[in-house]
Amino acid sequence: MVSIWFLIGLLLTAYGVLIAAAGIYQVLVPPAQPPVLAGLHAGIWWGLLILAIGLFYCWHFQPRKTK
Amino acid sequence: MLRLFVPQTNVLAALLAGAPERLVRLGSIDALIVILYFAMVIGIGFYLKRYATTGEDFFLAGRDMSAWIAGLSFVAANLGALELMGWASAAYQYGILATHWYWVGAIPAMLFLAIVMMPFYYISKTHSVPGYLKLRYGEGARGLSAITFAAMTVLMSGINMYSMALVMKVVLGWDIHFSIWVSSLTVAVYVFLGGLLSAIFNEVLQFVLIWLGALLIPILGLMEAGGWNGMVQRISSNLTGDYTHLWRTLGSFQDNPMGIHWTGIVLGLGWVISFGYWTTDFLVVQRVLSARNLHAARMAPIIGAGFKMMVPFIVILPGLLGIALLPEKLVGESVAAATGGHSYNEVLPLMLARYCGPGLLGLGITALIAGFMSGMAGNVSAFATVWTYDIYGAFFRKGASDSHYVSVGRWCTLIGVLISIGTAYLVMQFLSIMDYVQALFSFFIAPLFGTVLLGMLWKRATPAGGFWGLLAGTLSSVGMWLWVKLDPPALGIIALSSNAKDMAENMYRALWSWIICVLVTVLVSLATRPKPQSQLAGLVYGCTEIPSERELKLTQRPIFWAGVVCAVFLLLNVIFW
Repeated sequence: MVSIWFLIGLLLTAYGVLIAAAGIYQVLVPPAQPPVLAGLHAGIWWGLLILAIGLFYCWHFQPRKTK
Repeated sequence: MLRLFVPQTNVLAALLAGAPERLVRLGSIDALIVILYFAMVIGIGFYLKRYATTGEDFFLAGRDMSAWIAGLSFVAANLGALELMGWASAAYQYGILATHWYWVGAIPAMLFLAIVMMPFYYISKTHSVPGYLKLRYGEGARGLSAITFAAMTVLMSGINMYSMALVMKVVLGWDIHFSIWVSSLTVAVYVFLGGLLSAIFNEVLQFVLIWLGALLIPILGLMEAGGWNGMVQRISSNLTGDYTHLWRTLGSFQDNPMGIHWTGIVLGLGWVISFGYWTTDFLVVQRVLSARNLHAARMAPIIGAGFKMMVPFIVILPGLLGIALLPEKLVGESVAAATGGHSYNEVLPLMLARYCGPGLLGLGITALIAGFMSGMAGNVSAFATVWTYDIYGAFFRKGASDSHYVSVGRWCTLIGVLISIGTAYLVMQFLSIMDYVQALFSFFIAPLFGTVLLGMLWKRATPAGGFWGLLAGTLSSVGMWLWVKLDPPALGIIALSSNAKDMAENMYRALWSWIICVLVTVLVSLATRPKPQSQLAGLVYGCTEIPSERELKLTQRPIFWAGVVCAVFLLLNVIFW
């Protein structure tokens, strides 16, 4: 059976890419009504953090490594 | 039955008519994130169907879960609407006092389950809490417990659906009926296919998403407020009264926004309601019963307790930050419907919309949906197990084949979801989700805790004592609730003060019903013939050989980690005293 952590890793990797990309896009094309503290660019660093977690889970719990 | 829902639909229509415009509009990235989530949970259900063929697989996940999986699932099953929206709402109304439901109202009970009660549940090889009562007390106590649990479970599930639909309405402007049906049918599909295994896998996934989606709110909120001290100063300037201390204001009913005394928190919540919920509510206990051995089953609640202590950071803190930072004052549900303002229950989505742009918003919404679905799945899978084994298998068709019970369990999942959808509309009548849930807990959970506790720790408790004690406790709780509804001054007798509010009333009603249950159980037991000790092996303290853990290293022993969690728990209470 595939580890649940691997499945979580897959989803987080996809989410990390999407969120970081959306954050970068907002820097390039600022929205008309930005959220509070938009200058912190939370989307970029939070997306990258999620991407890192996702990639780690995918690597560490990949099916060939787990019995 | 349909006629019953007509007035509810009218109430709903009135609420929607008074509701403000949607808070946000999901972009394509956000929509993609939500769609990916739905695809993943349904995909997990289809993938795990092949592993859920026997009753043990479908109802107890094959009893093969690790301590971490069982522990995270144990907490995630409780992270439903109640935790996310309900307690953020309670924090906005009552301040940091709401944290008691996470700390004194959870941690001691979870550790007690791990260290004291888990061996009896696990060694007896019961498939459910009513199943334990059958082994210990006989069919009467099992039937009563199973029926009340099944009723409570579908009501809880209805609360989850209602809360989710509220979020979708407020944040996205989605049709409330669409939200209820899409989320509930998704849960029905994946639990129908993979049973508890699928529910547990999804709960772990949902737990991770909830944290990643909700954690940004307190982080950014504290940055905006100027840290904890800045937030406290803003709250002090916005409101009168102490909203930021856990124990300091509990010396008198009038000194705190909840209108409760510390005895209510410690005895009603910390003892009866908390121990009742975390040690006898099959919704959460089922997750631990899925552990692969007794050691994992004891570690799971301890791991769960560690994570439970941190949940206020993503639930209570946003509520407090809402008091400090939101420009408008939130009001009760009925006032919000009449004025077009925002209600307490909307504080979490309001904070989400405040800080999250495209992408993050989709993740935040996914976290909320995940929370609602994990709570719903927990209720549905527990309902299916109790209905199949403890009602259908006990009273309608005994001795059927394993595959027949699996089939019944699958269909119970669908039926349970449909009943829950119906109850979702009934929830609309109540002004506060929290108070409603607390009332339910005190009806059923508090007396059940008395019955199970005496069953595990007192050899002399008899089948008749267990049944009549449970019945007396439950009926007395319902009776006290009706008494206060029909004669409001009775509140001064039940809750020891006419200044007590709903929360306090629920705490004390739970305490009295537990005391009545214990007294009746003891008196009836002393007057009736006990079971011979040979029939109590594996069920009662003193008749059960519990495997020693002395050969394990200190850091592998559950008691060591229970001590660590207990120390952190005490430290947190001192810090926020």
